[in-house]
Amino acid sequence: MKLFKSVKTTLLAASLVLSSPMAMADIHFLVPAGPGGGWDTTARGVGEGLVKAGIDDNASFQNMSGGGGGRAIAYLIESGTKKGDILMVNSTPIVLRALTGKIPYSYRDLTPVASMIADFGAFVVRNDSPYKTWQDVIKALKEDPSSIKVAGGSARGSMDHLVAAQAAKAGGIDGRRIRYIPYDGGGKAKAGLLSGEVNLLSTGLSEALEVANGGQARVLAVTSPEALTDYPQIPTLKSMGYDMEFVNWRGFFAAPNLPADKLAQYTEKLRKLQSTPEWETVRARNGWLNLFQEKDEFIESLEKQEAQLKVVMQELGFIRKAD
Amino acid sequence: MFDGIMLGLSTVLDFNNLMYVIAGCLVGTFIGMLPGLGPITAIALMIPITYSIGADSGMILMAGVYYGAIFGGSTSSILINAPGVAGTVASSFDGYPLAKQGHAGKALAIAAYSSFIGGTIGAILLMVAAPLLAKVSLSFQSPDYVVLMFLGLTAIAAFSNKGQFLKAMMMTVFGLMLATVGIDPSSGTERFTFGQADLLDGISFLLIAMATFALAEALINVVKPEKKDAKSLNDSDTPQIGSTKLTKDEVKDMAPVVGRSSFLGFIVGVLPGAGATIASFMAYATERNLAPKGLKEKFGKGSLRGLAAPESANNAACTGSFVPLLTLGIPGSGTTAIMLGALIAYGIQPGPMLMQENPSVFWSVIVSMYFGNIVLLILNLPLIPYFAKVLAMPKSVLTVMILFFSLIGVYLVSFNTFDLFMMVGVALVALVLRLLAFPMAPLLLGFILGDMIERNFRRSMMISDGSLSFLWDRPLTLSIFILSILVLLFPLKDYLKQRRADKTASKLQQEQVQ
Repeated sequence: MKLFKSVKTTLLAASLVLSSPMAMADIHFLVPAGPGGGWDTTARGVGEGLVKAGIDDNASFQNMSGGGGGRAIAYLIESGTKKGDILMVNSTPIVLRALTGKIPYSYRDLTPVASMIADFGAFVVRNDSPYKTWQDVIKALKEDPSSIKVAGGSARGSMDHLVAAQAAKAGGIDGRRIRYIPYDGGGKAKAGLLSGEVNLLSTGLSEALEVANGGQARVLAVTSPEALTDYPQIPTLKSMGYDMEFVNWRGFFAAPNLPADKLAQYTEKLRKLQSTPEWETVRARNGWLNLFQEKDEFIESLEKQEAQLKVVMQELGFIRKAD
Repeated sequence: MFDGIMLGLSTVLDFNNLMYVIAGCLVGTFIGMLPGLGPITAIALMIPITYSIGADSGMILMAGVYYGAIFGGSTSSILINAPGVAGTVASSFDGYPLAKQGHAGKALAIAAYSSFIGGTIGAILLMVAAPLLAKVSLSFQSPDYVVLMFLGLTAIAAFSNKGQFLKAMMMTVFGLMLATVGIDPSSGTERFTFGQADLLDGISFLLIAMATFALAEALINVVKPEKKDAKSLNDSDTPQIGSTKLTKDEVKDMAPVVGRSSFLGFIVGVLPGAGATIASFMAYATERNLAPKGLKEKFGKGSLRGLAAPESANNAACTGSFVPLLTLGIPGSGTTAIMLGALIAYGIQPGPMLMQENPSVFWSVIVSMYFGNIVLLILNLPLIPYFAKVLAMPKSVLTVMILFFSLIGVYLVSFNTFDLFMMVGVALVALVLRLLAFPMAPLLLGFILGDMIERNFRRSMMISDGSLSFLWDRPLTLSIFILSILVLLFPLKDYLKQRRADKTASKLQQEQVQ
């Protein structure tokens, strides 16, 4: 695979002869999961953008799955800044899994560099569903919380479940009484919804749009703080008067104790990338929404999310209340 | 539909696209042949290339890589007992014994022909009935998957020959137990991880398959060399590779098997929760149950039917998995999930509207499948003798190479040294078990199906509020359930008959003695 990787990077480099020479060192992207998933596409998309926009000459990628992403974090901490310019991609799970103790580290053990893109939680029903609006769902849940089976693409206590429980809570329903049905991946959860064995699907907005654009389902609500410019017709929970927002960011982390000049260099590269047409191509192709936050702002939002998730998980009984 | 076929033909017959079909099949075959690298890796590697070509060409290339990789995977299963892809595990059950008996050429040829027919029948069904089958794929709910996989488990019967029943059951349970390691899919708690972060994601299929099949086999060659050497000395009189030609009788014998398995494989492949692995196991089990008495016993010991069935089923299932992908936008496997991502990156939304909105993508993928299957056959038939030469290597070299490639294959997927240690450990346990004549296939079967059975079973329980009534509430579930019970009880009839015959025979004997 190393061989393929180098072949691939050469191919990538060869196809982009016009990249201008830059004095800065190239970035090595560390992906804490196998190829093909969300983390992988983000890292490769950013790398492709950097190279095509001429910000970097080259970009290399390394997949390191295992331990729910924990192995890659351990690797980054261990190798420190010695092994060159490594940026690890991650997202909400780094906060979530640190809270449950599934990974023995948190984002505090690393240097948060910047967040790049965002996805939001979304709720989907079949076209023939009796629930026409999110208010209908809340009403039904209030009458009988077990009347609605909520599907999600991951185990109990992971993002899809927590977002659904939080949204229910914002509607005045006990999050613990939500009937969450876990599926093995978003695709099977979608099949479950369409086959009729569940009533509601809790998933990311981009996945929700995949089914909705196919014309078989409707998106009832999204957890973004404001209405989305690309999809103004989807109501946000906030706009309907439910005080709940949830952002699933994806961003980059570097080794602990990163020298300030290195951090500035990485941030500069990623900021520069934001305004390039090459990044716009990658972003639009994947249906991502920009969420560029530099170090301090990024850390602030991480802390905010950690506090938010901690409360939900305590309420649901996944972690014990702080003594 | 005719317009569609013409549209697809005109796209595929473009020189560049034909090249992409050929390149995809070639690359896929070689990547798939390496133990450890399967269609997921192969397609993920292709993605950067597909961005620079159009959507039609990109999908044609990826589809070629996909069935090329499945096809290539069976080569390593047959030759060195190293099934790198779950879909080709069943091919090693009879393929490897055939190769060991000096019929490697024939085994590879059967694999090539069966894959070709399976893929082609699949492509025809996809073309004729894709929109209709979309409904079928959504009619399956979690309880149906439970009973379907239960039916798949009955394939274990194939390994429980005389005196082996208990051992086969024990290995199945062992496999089911291994499948529980990792994060509990329903509650999110850790099980049997012993605080090891490396065990959080469970044990990978690849690791178990490589350790129990390829590594253990290589170790057996080291531990018990005398027996093998004597055998190979005898064999060396005849060419080890054997001819790739099939006799008329063999073709006649296998034709119905391939036909049935292709249909079965395609239908199972259409279900988003099943896929090529389940399809190949079910085809294997079905054919064993249908086989006449004399042929039944050959299963697991080099039966031609036992190789043809899973090989046609897994290729047909791969084609079948395009039904939910293209018509519903639902990926049934990791591989099709990556392809869905690629389609969306092109700005194409798979779903019921795809045929109207992007007919050229839809039809060119389907038409490219015919060409892809022909290309695979043409590419591979002349290469078989060269592939099979692997077996002509001295045992001392081959064993080392198998050890090397299976360890490297597992490492390249996870980049985790822990996996290597665990693999060696599993292989040693497997070696001991094999020396005690425990069959390994039920272990793998239990391991693969265990995870899926558990997820679907617990989901069904949650949906039905903890009641087991889901087993008979829906006619579909009930009929599959009854079918699997019949399959379980069917051999009992033969057994009772046999016993009665034995009894009368012994009575006769006694009388004669008196």
